[in-house]
Amino acid sequence: MMEEFFVRALIAGLGVALVAGPLGCFVVWRRMAYFGATLAHSALLGVALGFLLGINLTLGIAVSSIAIALLIAGLQRQRMISADTLLGIMAHGGLAIGLVALAFMSGVRVDLMAYLFGDVLAVTWRDILWIYVGGAAVMLTLAVIWRPMLAITLNEDLARAEGVRVEPHQIAFMLILAIVIALAMKVVGVLLIVSLLIIPAAAARPFSRTPEHMALLSAGAGAVSVVAGLFASLYWNTPAGPSVVVAACLLFALAFGAGARLDRRAA
Amino acid sequence: MPSDMQVAAPEAPCPDADRLIAVQDLSVSFGAASVLSHVDLSVCEGEIVTLIGPNGAGKSTLVKAVAGLLAPTSGTVWRRPGLRLGYVPQRLSIDRVVPLTVRRFLTSAGSGLGKAAKTALAEVDATHLIEQSVHDLSGGEFQRVTLARALLRKPHLLLLDEPLQGVDLGGQLALYDLIGRLRRRHRMGVLLVSHDLHVVMGSTDRVLCINNHVCCSGAPESVQQHPEYVALFGPEAARRLAIYAHAHDHAHDLAGNVIDTPKDHHQNGHGHGS
Repeated sequence: MMEEFFVRALIAGLGVALVAGPLGCFVVWRRMAYFGATLAHSALLGVALGFLLGINLTLGIAVSSIAIALLIAGLQRQRMISADTLLGIMAHGGLAIGLVALAFMSGVRVDLMAYLFGDVLAVTWRDILWIYVGGAAVMLTLAVIWRPMLAITLNEDLARAEGVRVEPHQIAFMLILAIVIALAMKVVGVLLIVSLLIIPAAAARPFSRTPEHMALLSAGAGAVSVVAGLFASLYWNTPAGPSVVVAACLLFALAFGAGARLDRRAA
Repeated sequence: MPSDMQVAAPEAPCPDADRLIAVQDLSVSFGAASVLSHVDLSVCEGEIVTLIGPNGAGKSTLVKAVAGLLAPTSGTVWRRPGLRLGYVPQRLSIDRVVPLTVRRFLTSAGSGLGKAAKTALAEVDATHLIEQSVHDLSGGEFQRVTLARALLRKPHLLLLDEPLQGVDLGGQLALYDLIGRLRRRHRMGVLLVSHDLHVVMGSTDRVLCINNHVCCSGAPESVQQHPEYVALFGPEAARRLAIYAHAHDHAHDLAGNVIDTPKDHHQNGHGHGS
C-alpha cells in the first residue's frame, strides 16, 4: 500500500498542476515566463518575511509576490531600463536578499533546499487545504477574467476599443499568478515553479485548436507529470520536485515530436 | 490665420443629427513630437471617408483618437451618444503561440456572441472559414474575418486602419466592394485609412489628405487638383490619385519625391501612430 505521505504528495501535486496548467497557458501566450520566474525567485523574500512576522509562510510568499508584481508593473512604465533587465534585477535581488535575511535570523533553522527545490513529500494536510482553497479562488478568478484576458492577449488595442478595461484585468492576472506561485512553492520550490506553468502548456500547444482546449490539455499534462514524477522519485529514490519537472520535460519532448509529425502530415 | 481656417473648416456634409463623430481642433503630441495638429473631421451616417497621407502623417493616430484609444493633447473628439464602433487595427496579426479558430477569434470579442459570429461571417461571405485556424488563412481571408469581428456589435461607424494590407489585388477589389455593400445595407459610416497614397476606394464620399494637419479635403476628384495635394505629393502623384487603381506598379516614378517608394512605404509604416 502507498504510504500516507505519498498520498498527500500526490494530492498536493495534482492540485497545483490543475491550476498551473490553465494559468500557464496565459504565461506562454503573453511571454511572461521570465516574469513568473522573477516572482518565484523573489518568493524567498516572502519566506523570510513569514519567519520575521511569525505568519504562515504561504501567506508571506503571496504577500511579497503580490508586492513585487505591483512594483514591476509600476517600474515598467519607465523607459531607461528594459523590462527583462528589470526582471533580472528583481529576480536575483529578491533571491539574494531573501537568502541574506534568512541567514540573519538566528534561532531559525531553515531547510533551504526545501524552499529552493520543494519538499512535496513533507506536505501536511494543512498545506493541502491551502492549495485547494487558494487554487479554487484562483480558478474562479481566472474563469471570470478569461474572455477579456484572451481578447487583450490577441490584440490590446482591439480589446480596448471593444470596451475591455485592460489594466484591471492585467493586475488581476498578476495577482493570481503570485498566489499560484505561493501555492506551488512547497511542491517544486522557487527555482522550479515556472516549469509547472510553462512546460505543460507548451506540451499542449501542438494538439490544441482553441485556447480552452489548450488549457484543458495543459492541466492534464501537468497532472500526468506530477503522477509520473512522484512515482519515479519513489522508485528510483530521486528528489521529488525535480523528478516532476523531468517528467514534464519528457512529456513535452514527446508531444513536440508528435506535433511536428502531425504538422508534416497536414502540410 | 484666415487661410488656416479655410483649410480646417470641415464641409457640412450632413445635418447634425446624422453626424456620428466630430473631431474638432484635435492635436496629439508624443513627448515633443507633434503628430497631429488642429485637425477637424466628421463622419456622417452612411458616409465613407478615406484618409490618405504619407507615412508618419498621423492617420493611424487620428483613427485611434476617434476610437478613444488615445487621449488628445488638445481639442475634442465628440461621439454621438450610444455610438457603437467597429475597429480594425493596422497590421493585426495573431501570434501563433495562441491556438485559435475563426469562431473563437470572433467570440473572444464579447460574451454570448456565438450566433452573432455566424451572422457576421455570413455578411463578409466567409461562413465556410468558421472552423479554420486563423493561422492558416490567406491575407484576404483574414481581413474578412477581422472585418466580421468589427461587425459583431452592429457598429454605427467602422474604423478601418489599412484594411487591405497583405491582400492581393483581386482580393482588394472584392474587399472594397464588400465594404461598400455593408455601408449601404446598414447605413454605416466608414472611416478608412488607405493603404496606398494614390488609391482611394471607388465609393468614397470624401477624402481627407493628412500630413500632420489636414492638407485638403473634399470629393476624390476635387482633392487631386487641390494645390496642397499637388504640393505634397507632386504633380505626378496628383494626376494619378486613383479611384481604385493599381498605383504600386508605377511607384518608381516618384523617385526623389519626399513621399514614397514602395519600400519606404512598408518600412516606415511600423513606427507611426503607435
